[in-house]
Amino acid sequence: MSAGVNLARRAAMVLGFGFLYGPILILAAMSFNASRLVTVWGGFSTKWYLALLDDAAMLSAAKISLEAAALSATIATLLGLCAAVALARFGDFSTRNLFFGALHAPLVLPEVVLGLALLSAFVAFGMERGFVTLVIAHATFTMCFATVVLLAALRSCDPTLEEAAQDLGATPLQAFVLVVLPSVAPSLVSAFLLAFTLSLDDLVIASFATGPGATTLPMRIYSQVRLGVTPEVNAISTLLLAFVGVALGLSALAGRPRATAAGDLA
Amino acid sequence: MMRGKLSFGQRAVLGAPYLWVVVFFLAPMALIAKISLSHPAQARPPYEPVFSLSDGLAGSLAKLQTLSLDAYRTFGEDRLYLDSYLTSLAIAGVSTALMLLVAYPFALAMARAPRRLRPILIGLAVAPFWTSFLIRVYAWIALLKDEGLINHALMALHLIDAPLSIYATNVAVVIGIIYSYLPFMLLPLYAALERQDPALREAAADLGASPAQVFWRVTLPLSLPGVVAGCLLVFIPAVGEFVIPDLLGGSETLMIGKTLWTDFFANRDWPAASAAAILLLVLLIGPLLVAERARLRAEGKPT
Repeated sequence: MSAGVNLARRAAMVLGFGFLYGPILILAAMSFNASRLVTVWGGFSTKWYLALLDDAAMLSAAKISLEAAALSATIATLLGLCAAVALARFGDFSTRNLFFGALHAPLVLPEVVLGLALLSAFVAFGMERGFVTLVIAHATFTMCFATVVLLAALRSCDPTLEEAAQDLGATPLQAFVLVVLPSVAPSLVSAFLLAFTLSLDDLVIASFATGPGATTLPMRIYSQVRLGVTPEVNAISTLLLAFVGVALGLSALAGRPRATAAGDLA
Repeated sequence: MMRGKLSFGQRAVLGAPYLWVVVFFLAPMALIAKISLSHPAQARPPYEPVFSLSDGLAGSLAKLQTLSLDAYRTFGEDRLYLDSYLTSLAIAGVSTALMLLVAYPFALAMARAPRRLRPILIGLAVAPFWTSFLIRVYAWIALLKDEGLINHALMALHLIDAPLSIYATNVAVVIGIIYSYLPFMLLPLYAALERQDPALREAAADLGASPAQVFWRVTLPLSLPGVVAGCLLVFIPAVGEFVIPDLLGGSETLMIGKTLWTDFFANRDWPAASAAAILLLVLLIGPLLVAERARLRAEGKPT
């Protein structure tokens, strides 16, 4: 291998990672800048984080976002598990293609289309828009991602183990709970965390699905961002980035790197 | 596998997600298809006719006859929509092409790194995908603004005299799309490149190919499925993008996601917004289905 090729590879990697992480790190650094101006370093300060604590609207939006994410990710993981089991184990049942297509379509559908469809349906069903419709909307689109992750896990799980358990006298349910579930447990964690972060991040679908009583954190941030760059937004953004970083670390510890889970999606 | 009857337990397991998908995905999609054929109205919901069970058969039939293609017909006349579609396709296309140029060397470098480092490298490259999209786009505002960091740095280095106007232009939107969607492009490229057998490149080199020839005639052709997958994963969501054109784009940036949003929230023209959504769907998902069919047919053929 020539030295030139090696150097070119190093350069590609340095530039690539610099491009990916530079803007995020600059944003995080700015949140500790005492000056309001982006281009002036006014010294280290945590005052923007302290200012967040007084921002009641931001705090309540964060609470709503976390609650909606936890609830919708739980629903999405359970429904996704049922859907993945049906797709992986039930053979070629009738309308399987429709079910498969409907579960995968939201992965490629522009968010505006899904949001518009859900809002029209909520209005037609006579549902008052608010926290409940927000959770339903998020569960609907994150469930598709959860299904993809869990389907990949179930497919890589040897079906003969389940058959062996049943031969030894386990009921299908026992075989599933005692043999299959433990082996896909890391993917269940991955699916839940994926659904949770997608829900926590979502702006577009939430804007369509929620009502005046339940403004989410991204919606709150978005309305402030439209007014310009502010240190408070930098601070809350950095907190969110740190939160995702911790979640990523935890899921890496849970056994299965999330890169693999994301790889299943691609 | 045999097409068999499902047991009661299996029906229960399948029933829950199936019912959810029918009520909250298929029904809503059918509903916007219907709304796109309705007329805008000053009412709640702001379109008519609204079907209800109390109409009876005759009433429903009478209402059916009032459905129209007006919302679609306006697309032919209204330059706003046509321009939005064309700008969306152009911006998404340019972004995808440029992103491929950025991502390919990066993915190649990771795929040729020492084996034990590879999972860590690709993990790090994909990690930003998990952080907030909104925040990653927002981070670029501070960089691109006239009084932002990039202009500040360039002026301090005396490379430019006056600030470059990047923010609130289509260029900023392209940068934002490349940045936000890069992980989607990297993953399939990396997967395709990492799978390649090094013996093929060695064989080509042994037979007298220069490193450049090895790349153009072995590495690149073998990675084409990854290139196609990456481009599709990026291009499709980029066309319907709302956040990036809204935050980084200017008044010239007419993208369909944003036009649809405005029609819906500001103009309250639900039939037009629904028709735009349906057209977007046909435009994006149609080619995907055709590509998928072609792939399945190619796989079905004995090789």
